[in-house]
Amino acid sequence: MRQVHTLDRVVIRFAGDSGDGMQLTGDRFTADSAVFGNDISTLPNFPAEIRAPAGTLPGVSSFQLHFANYDIMTPGDRPDVLVAMNPAALKANIADLPRGGTIIADKADFTKRNLTRVGYDSDPLTDDSLADYQVHALDLTGMTIEAVKRFGLSRKDASRAKNMFALGLLSWLYHRPTDGTINFLTAKFASKPDIRDANLTAFKAGYAFGETTEVFAVTYEVAPAPMPAGKYRQISGNLALAYGLITAAHKAGLPLFLGAYPITPASDVLHELSKHKRFGVTTFQAEDEIAGVGAALGASFAGHLGVTTTSGPGVTLKAETIGLAVMTELPLIVCDIQRAGPSTGMPTKTEQADLLQVMFGRNGEAPVPVLAPQSPSDCFDTALEAVRIAIKYRTPVILMSDGYLANGAEPWLVPDVASIPATDPEFTAQTNATDKAGNDVFLPYRRDPLTLARPWAIPGTAGLEHRIGGIEKARDTGEVSYDPANHEEMVRLRQAKVDGVVREIPDLVVDDPAGPDGRHAKVLVLGWGSTYGPIVAAVRRVRKTGRQVAYTHLRHLNPFPRNLGAILRSYDRVIVPEMNLGQLALLLRAKYLVDVHSYSRVRGLPISLSELARDLEFEVDQLERTDA
Amino acid sequence: MTAQDVRSALGTTRAELASATRLQPPTDSRSEAVAAPSGPATGGGATGLAGVPLSLEPLTRKDFTSDQEVRWCPGCGDYAVLAAFQGFMPELGIKRENTVIVSGIGCSSRFPYYVESYGLHSIHGRATAIATGVATARDDVAVFVITGDGDALSIGGNHLIHVLRRNVNLTILLFNNRIYGLTKGQYSPTSELGKITKSTPMGSLDNPFNPVSLALGAEATFVARTIDSDRKHLTSVLRAATAHRGASLVEIYQNCPIFNDGAFDAMKDPSTSADAIIPVSHGEPIRFGVDGRLGVVRDPATGAFRVVDVAEVGVDALAVHDAHAADPSFAFGLSRLTDSGVLHRAPIGIFRDVEAPTYDDLAREQVALAAGNGSGDDALQGLVSGGDTWDVR
Repeated sequence: MRQVHTLDRVVIRFAGDSGDGMQLTGDRFTADSAVFGNDISTLPNFPAEIRAPAGTLPGVSSFQLHFANYDIMTPGDRPDVLVAMNPAALKANIADLPRGGTIIADKADFTKRNLTRVGYDSDPLTDDSLADYQVHALDLTGMTIEAVKRFGLSRKDASRAKNMFALGLLSWLYHRPTDGTINFLTAKFASKPDIRDANLTAFKAGYAFGETTEVFAVTYEVAPAPMPAGKYRQISGNLALAYGLITAAHKAGLPLFLGAYPITPASDVLHELSKHKRFGVTTFQAEDEIAGVGAALGASFAGHLGVTTTSGPGVTLKAETIGLAVMTELPLIVCDIQRAGPSTGMPTKTEQADLLQVMFGRNGEAPVPVLAPQSPSDCFDTALEAVRIAIKYRTPVILMSDGYLANGAEPWLVPDVASIPATDPEFTAQTNATDKAGNDVFLPYRRDPLTLARPWAIPGTAGLEHRIGGIEKARDTGEVSYDPANHEEMVRLRQAKVDGVVREIPDLVVDDPAGPDGRHAKVLVLGWGSTYGPIVAAVRRVRKTGRQVAYTHLRHLNPFPRNLGAILRSYDRVIVPEMNLGQLALLLRAKYLVDVHSYSRVRGLPISLSELARDLEFEVDQLERTDA
Repeated sequence: MTAQDVRSALGTTRAELASATRLQPPTDSRSEAVAAPSGPATGGGATGLAGVPLSLEPLTRKDFTSDQEVRWCPGCGDYAVLAAFQGFMPELGIKRENTVIVSGIGCSSRFPYYVESYGLHSIHGRATAIATGVATARDDVAVFVITGDGDALSIGGNHLIHVLRRNVNLTILLFNNRIYGLTKGQYSPTSELGKITKSTPMGSLDNPFNPVSLALGAEATFVARTIDSDRKHLTSVLRAATAHRGASLVEIYQNCPIFNDGAFDAMKDPSTSADAIIPVSHGEPIRFGVDGRLGVVRDPATGAFRVVDVAEVGVDALAVHDAHAADPSFAFGLSRLTDSGVLHRAPIGIFRDVEAPTYDDLAREQVALAAGNGSGDDALQGLVSGGDTWDVR
């Protein structure tokens, strides 16, 4: 009888050629793990090239999955298991695998030619260079072809099912349920019975191979993670963002108008929204980024919820129109799914280096509220909040996701749509002033005394005809004005309106449990956006060593929560990890005159939790020494 | 007031008007020639405004005049266009509040401020893109775009060709003065080659666009040209353009008295205009000049048009204008009769007016069709929950 080992957590990385279906394999393993009840976190990593030359290092595509019996925060820094479908995949990923880690390799692809191509002089599977690892060199391709030969597919088509063979084998090894993948394949290839049957057969053959051979002496179990009761699903950031936008528009009773131009990694939001027209969603694939946001703003003027989705280069192009939205004070949602820059940068890699662009990348004083979700599922809630602010304050709002959140997935407690509060767009239908002659008139820039928001009167509303535009507005009337005092007043009013959004923002809460001596931490870690996962994971690891460290996380980048300054001042050291060269740190230093320490990593990958944990421990120890 | 309230209010208004006053799509939307008799627009020829509620009371020019002081230079051609527009709007019979004018940047783009309607004075070159959003969001508003040669053809060139190819239901008034006025006199993308301006003291080097040719190249479904000073013709073109359902491009030759005065003198001077203006009118032989001595013939081999003496070829040889031809080649060929240098001669009138589905109608149709599958909280809950869920107890 085989041994079954129980583990708390496992990180598996599937790596192969871009055409090998590694993303699909990873997705399926994730879905099966999620349904099983593990907590999950994923990191897809793929080249920007659609089909980079086969078998080369640039063509390697990978998918990392972390699953555990407790709530995990990141996809894991280093895999425990590497599935390598060819020599390039092995070479590109072996450095991340800790000594003692498991390698499952498809030896069919380890031919002399393929090895030479990526610079191996000899076959690492046989030359003992991998002696420190547990290597399982299996002929996955050969076994797959053998298993599916009765379907009469070409050798090439048959071998394409090898990812399912590998998935089957891993499913057996980690005791995953198989129904989900079987149902998935059945539905996905319903119109191609040969392909469907080949994939199903390969999947089952992989599972059976594990069961019947003696290759693996041990199998592993990872028990479900305890989670709050309820109905769960798996969700990626882009999907959550799309659902959040639809739900927010639905709850405001507004049709949603998306103007967008395809751009990695934001295009999936366009794809998703275009599937859900039934909820009053119009999707306009514009001729360029500028037209995308322009049409969205036009739709907002006409009484729809205008939305545009893009990445950093697109935000740059949209800057002038966002400025027009600031001036015309119309609701508009701009989603920046950040990627590594500058310029084209690394489109499929993640980064947080658009913060200053989003804050200040417009001519003139053009403040906009800025929000950033902290996890894939949090994109849903952040979209709801962004829309509420945009409508209530008649302002463009920028939501900053990134490639890591966009493509990463996690379990999500499905919200109850009916219990999400409605937002009243409060269209104006009445005049709001009386002129000197006693006539009722409409002043399009007369403001709500509390929020400073102006009325939103949409075309078709009789008696409220008015003109707005990019030229400076006279207060109240909205007429063109070059008056110096008026300009200063309007600049300050627009700023005050955005500053006033702070009343929607709850005070920031710091996680800082008292130590045995009743004292609190001296070091505070402050992050924003997608660094949440690595930060919390690193903090937990540091705390396990007995050290004290506090953390808090910003969702609101503009305005900041009211109590942020007080929090910053109450710690001896504030460390701000960011995937940029210290953009939030710059804002904090400027606004609060606090000497925060920037912790920068710009590798196109999430911050490494183990590296961060080590560095935090150093900081904590250093402060303790200083005190002593 | 909630979105629902406003929409139901608008809906009620529309319902009141329903069959009695609402413009109905006729069987043939193509407007007839420029010389069509004027008169209040009724259902007959105005599918362009189908869906736009009609005013219960007749409106006048004054109703479309805002309280803003008009601030163009004395003698600017924009005044004439504004006056013609304000005089024409009541004729449409639509509710004033259901009119939206979107403009870009440039002298002419101040236009919306002077018209009492909903207006958006936007940013340079982007009016067509912004108006696409308005027109797609709302089928119950008449959308006009006010733009110039720099705005539409230089910085906004991309948006212009795309709004035309998509055939979004809106009317574009392109004020072409062949110069940059607001920035004080640089050459524009329609200035003649060799133009001496502040930015081209030795003469401009780039070939100008012919806006009508460009629009026809983008397969625009309605393309016309008119002149600021000919109010009757301008109004008749506007009438046909608004009646057309789809993107209508109207190029207006507009004089800039400060930076490019006299650019269109050949067409305006009574002593030369007869030989300079080639009027094109659907179904009519193309004939012009003093006493109709000149005409246009089409080479059957190449499809190219040229100007001839009628006396030499005879009236029967003249080309007969076909604005409704499905293929834009005929209209494009005619547009090539326009001088690209100093303007001595140009065809004026409606080059093309064909029926085609509009982007915004089709987009709304898709949304309406999809909504049939249910769009309430339950449907949304189904979407958000997805297929693969698991319960934690």
